[in-house]
Amino acid sequence: MAAPKSSSRGHPGRVLAFIGVVIVALYAIMFSTGDKTPRLGIDLAGGTSVTLTAKADQGRNGAVNKSNMQTAVEIIRQRVNAFGVSEAEVQTEGDRNIVISIPKGKNEKETAEQVGQTAKLFFRPVLEATPITPQGGTKLPLTPPSTPPASTPPTGAPSAGAPSASTPPATQSGKPQGRVIPNLKDASGAPTPPPSSPPASTPPATPPASTPPAGADANGITPELRAKYNNLDCTLPENRGLGPVPAPEDKPTVACSRDQGDGEEKYILGPVLIPGTDVASSKAQLPQNGSVGGWEVELKFTDAGTNKFTKITGDLAAGKYPTNRFAIDLDGVVVSAPSVKSEIPGGSAVISGNFTRSSAKDLENVLKYGALPLSFTKSDVTTVSASLGGDQLKGGLIAGAIGIVLVILYSLFYYRGLGLVSIASLAVSAALTYAIMCLLGRSIGFALNLPAVCGAIAAIGITVDSFIVYFERIRDEIREGRTLRPAVEKAWPRARRTILVSDAVSFLAAAVLYVVSVGKVQGFAFTLGLTTLLDVVVVFLFTKPLMTILAKRKFFADGHKWSGLDPEALGANQRQSYRSRRPRGRAAGVKEA
Amino acid sequence: MSRFGDLKTIGVRLHHGDVSFDFVGRKKLWYSISALILLLAVGGLLGRGLHQGIEFKGGSVYTIEHTSASQNDAREAVAPFTDGTDAIVQKVGGDGLRIQIAESDADKTKQVAAAIAKDLKVAPDKVNTQVVGPSWGKEISKKALQGLVIFMILVVIYLTFAFEWRMAVAALVALIHDIVITIGVYALVGFEVTPGTVIGLLTILGYSLYDTVVVFDTVKENAKNITKQTKLTYSEAANAGLNQTLVRSINTTVVALLPVASLLFVGGGLLGAGMLKDIALSLFVGLAAGAFSSIFIATPILADLKERSPEMRQLAKKVAQRRASEAKAAKAGEASGIPADEAEGHPDVDETAEPGDDETVPAQGGAPRAGASRGRARTRPGGKRKR
Repeated sequence: MAAPKSSSRGHPGRVLAFIGVVIVALYAIMFSTGDKTPRLGIDLAGGTSVTLTAKADQGRNGAVNKSNMQTAVEIIRQRVNAFGVSEAEVQTEGDRNIVISIPKGKNEKETAEQVGQTAKLFFRPVLEATPITPQGGTKLPLTPPSTPPASTPPTGAPSAGAPSASTPPATQSGKPQGRVIPNLKDASGAPTPPPSSPPASTPPATPPASTPPAGADANGITPELRAKYNNLDCTLPENRGLGPVPAPEDKPTVACSRDQGDGEEKYILGPVLIPGTDVASSKAQLPQNGSVGGWEVELKFTDAGTNKFTKITGDLAAGKYPTNRFAIDLDGVVVSAPSVKSEIPGGSAVISGNFTRSSAKDLENVLKYGALPLSFTKSDVTTVSASLGGDQLKGGLIAGAIGIVLVILYSLFYYRGLGLVSIASLAVSAALTYAIMCLLGRSIGFALNLPAVCGAIAAIGITVDSFIVYFERIRDEIREGRTLRPAVEKAWPRARRTILVSDAVSFLAAAVLYVVSVGKVQGFAFTLGLTTLLDVVVVFLFTKPLMTILAKRKFFADGHKWSGLDPEALGANQRQSYRSRRPRGRAAGVKEA
Repeated sequence: MSRFGDLKTIGVRLHHGDVSFDFVGRKKLWYSISALILLLAVGGLLGRGLHQGIEFKGGSVYTIEHTSASQNDAREAVAPFTDGTDAIVQKVGGDGLRIQIAESDADKTKQVAAAIAKDLKVAPDKVNTQVVGPSWGKEISKKALQGLVIFMILVVIYLTFAFEWRMAVAALVALIHDIVITIGVYALVGFEVTPGTVIGLLTILGYSLYDTVVVFDTVKENAKNITKQTKLTYSEAANAGLNQTLVRSINTTVVALLPVASLLFVGGGLLGAGMLKDIALSLFVGLAAGAFSSIFIATPILADLKERSPEMRQLAKKVAQRRASEAKAAKAGEASGIPADEAEGHPDVDETAEPGDDETVPAQGGAPRAGASRGRARTRPGGKRKR
């Protein structure tokens, strides 16, 4: 507090220059980054926003927590982006909401519909796999290596439906999908030999209950399924992002791998073996046993999952490639399809292969999300056409403009010359607010929505009030017989305290609102808090130094009729008597004490 | 003084104490006015309840901007989907329609939107929709309430440190007062409560306290060395402070209301229903209540609380004694005729002694609660000093 005081008193010009430099710098950054206008929210730009509210599954009360929500956001973001809407925003809001903002454009409606569905993670057996890349299936050994393949990425776009029905079921992968091994950290992880029971000819993964329908081959693949498989075009986005229709859990299905390019495959998958909710935890890590190798993903099952997993890995290990693989199926796309070499007891396994750090993290997230004991309901779906958004923006701007003009007129009417000071301060405040809003769009994802516009308009009052507090103090001092220059300095400490205390309360309100609020309230609270902070900055670094400088100008110092500081109009006392003009209570008290 | 256009002079006179409105002394009047309004507000809230928007009940809203279709056309278009309940159809702006029904199932609302597009002959993508699940409003209200409680606790702590606990309590009472009145106005008038309203309501928190804090700041300054003199009681010093910031209070309220009024006008007039209007409306009501409460409620309550403290009781006693002796002296020197105001003050003393009885000021002094006349501007007893 001492610093601004002394500096503005000593070098008001420098302080003004400083704030000028700050403004110029902000605008220079704005123009160099191209963020010349604030990012607009859905309600102003048009588009669809979906609010999902998380609910914990029954009996899992603590499930709605920060890390679970963050995982959900990551996955939803991937799903939305996979749908081809890359500018979509996915953010948490409050502690149990996720807001997806989808700008006006293609796929907007479909995405909005799909995205609200709770993602489903399943483990399904691979009945058949076909690489999609032209070169696929030529280079790699049957058993996925533990080191990344030396292959160069296949060139050429994956061709639609290229693999014919004659492709042998045992075609190798263009990229190893990794393999699952017992978790070496666990003592129980010693692989037991595969149970001898299932001969290779038995469909390894078909649940005992369901017998293959008529016309199905050894793996339970019906002709219809095969036809569907043959026609599955993995280049179409609807087959890649959010599965078109969730496949029934107890039926075989076809799916594409999620990652395009190298290692892209399409699959026939058996009925669900283990639901994703049986996953207890997952973690991307570097090999724990000191062996060399890339990233891997550790996977732990719940008790229920452990039993299933032990049995299934036993069954799968007996199969031949690719039927010794299981697919991690997220919403109808295969995220990963590792092979199994032996039964894995203990419910803990490691998926290794040619993971990079990010792909391992990604798989970890997918597994975690599948395990999330959360379901989401759509709380609010708002679709705003671009024209309505434009109208709302226009309405807000008109309201703001009228509001500012009214405030300016009032200031000029009441404060005359001083009104100009408050207008200039308001202009500086507006320039700072605008620049910061533009810049925050990129850095923290701030989007100007209607409530934020309202917040900015409402803040005009709080901003101007600080000037009013100061001006009234100055006028009080002049009434007590001071000339302008001492009055400006004398009034400042008192005005400063009032401004700080009251702005602190206002900021506190905005901060609490921001932290606890949901929905559009946040945008409002943010603008209000921002403008309150800027109000302090402007009063300290602009209004006060400006007054110090203006106090030396003849127009103001002599109390020109139009300056708003005319001692006569203010009813100033004669100088010699000003002492007695202190506020009564205090002055009287001091004198009589 | 009532020539309100002459703001400049009133500023001077308020500052000098030539003109003084007795806010603190007439607190009974303000309290009764407030009590009446609060009673109405609570009555309205209990009797009529709040008219909750779809955000609180679940439902869907369809907005079409430019259409020649009538409200009846719209009602017919959605009739198959309303299950006999009423669809709310409003005109929006010049040629827009806003249709609100209770359906909140996402699949069904798609059909509704399609039906509206077909029947009203607009392109399907020109139908703006908003679908709100039934639990959303509960969530918002719960958060709002949570925010309110946290904010109040923090503010009490902050004001206790920045000022003192009595000011914190007085400010809090004024705050609750404003919120209850605002909610009551909503219940009575039947405005729709939406998240926009909640936003506005929460902002009133900031505004109302902001105003109160500025007033308290001056009061605190005025009462700094109050115990070292015997001319003024705390109430009077507080009233003087209130009068000194009156010009600022009026200016601030005008300046804050101007933009909000323009929001209300533009939001309501040009865009019809919508968030702009919802926020502006609750801000407008709350701001008006806030301006009233910081002057008429917060400071009188503060004075009440203060007067209960031992030091202030003592002060009030001393002031009363001094005044009694001064009055005697004045009577003795009657011929001079100087103390016109003192003479005028006597009836006041008698009248105001009554509230003093059931308050804290000792009765024997007959201390004028504010030593002031009934709402008329007049020169205060202390005013002589300046000449």
